[in-house]
Amino acid sequence: MSVGAFWALAVLAVAGGVAVFVVDSMARATFALLASLLAVGGTLLLVDLHYVGVLVILMMVMEMLVMAVFMIMYMMNPGGLMPMKMVHGDRAAKIIAAAVFVLLAAGAFLTPWPARRGPPPADPTRALGLAIMGPRMLVMMVVGVAILATMVATVVLATHRGRYDR
Amino acid sequence: MTLQTFLLLAAALFSIGLYGVLSQQSIVMLMMGLELMINGVIAAGGAFWHYVAPRTADGQVLVLVAVTVMALEMAMGFAVVTAIFRARDVDLTDEAGDLKG
Repeated sequence: MSVGAFWALAVLAVAGGVAVFVVDSMARATFALLASLLAVGGTLLLVDLHYVGVLVILMMVMEMLVMAVFMIMYMMNPGGLMPMKMVHGDRAAKIIAAAVFVLLAAGAFLTPWPARRGPPPADPTRALGLAIMGPRMLVMMVVGVAILATMVATVVLATHRGRYDR
Repeated sequence: MTLQTFLLLAAALFSIGLYGVLSQQSIVMLMMGLELMINGVIAAGGAFWHYVAPRTADGQVLVLVAVTVMALEMAMGFAVVTAIFRARDVDLTDEAGDLKG
């Protein structure tokens, strides 16, 4: 059953990804991207990553809703009433993307991946918590600083004027 | 459902995102391409955890980092778009070519 669910989610993820660049409205593109992200979150649930899968799903729902607001702010074609095709170098981009896909897919099937090392822990969430509060704490500290830096940078960039040019 | 099929999914998502990044003129659509590429990284990270090294939590940590990068990329991208749109009324990559470098 999980194999069928995986393929359904995989097809949904890829179809959503394609739809992002095919539909005529940026709002629709945002929700197509959301469908793709949710499908990938669903595939994580299939490989016992319950916490991370739910985290991806919840975070992406929030993120895409915020994104939809910005999309509606910036798009020139809100209702998708007119065809929207705004691309440059379309042919070259398609060729490069296809070549990269062939390369990555060949790598995925031809690389002799190592055998599975050890069984999964009984509670992967607990293992993750112990890792980020122990040996992988540096990763989370860097992530925390990066989030803070992003908050400062976005506010600086988005404020209408600086403190001194009144 | 094997490591290979997961990586195939990740490769497809990454390539579609790459196409969007290379071809879209609108900066916000370009960012959606970036999100799709990171989406592929998330799928691959989860698969590597489950099929290669489930005993350590490194794959899960990688997924956490990818999710964070996704959120930060979106926040920074929209801040840059807002700033350049406010300054010069620009929302297309072709008009912002001077940001290169």
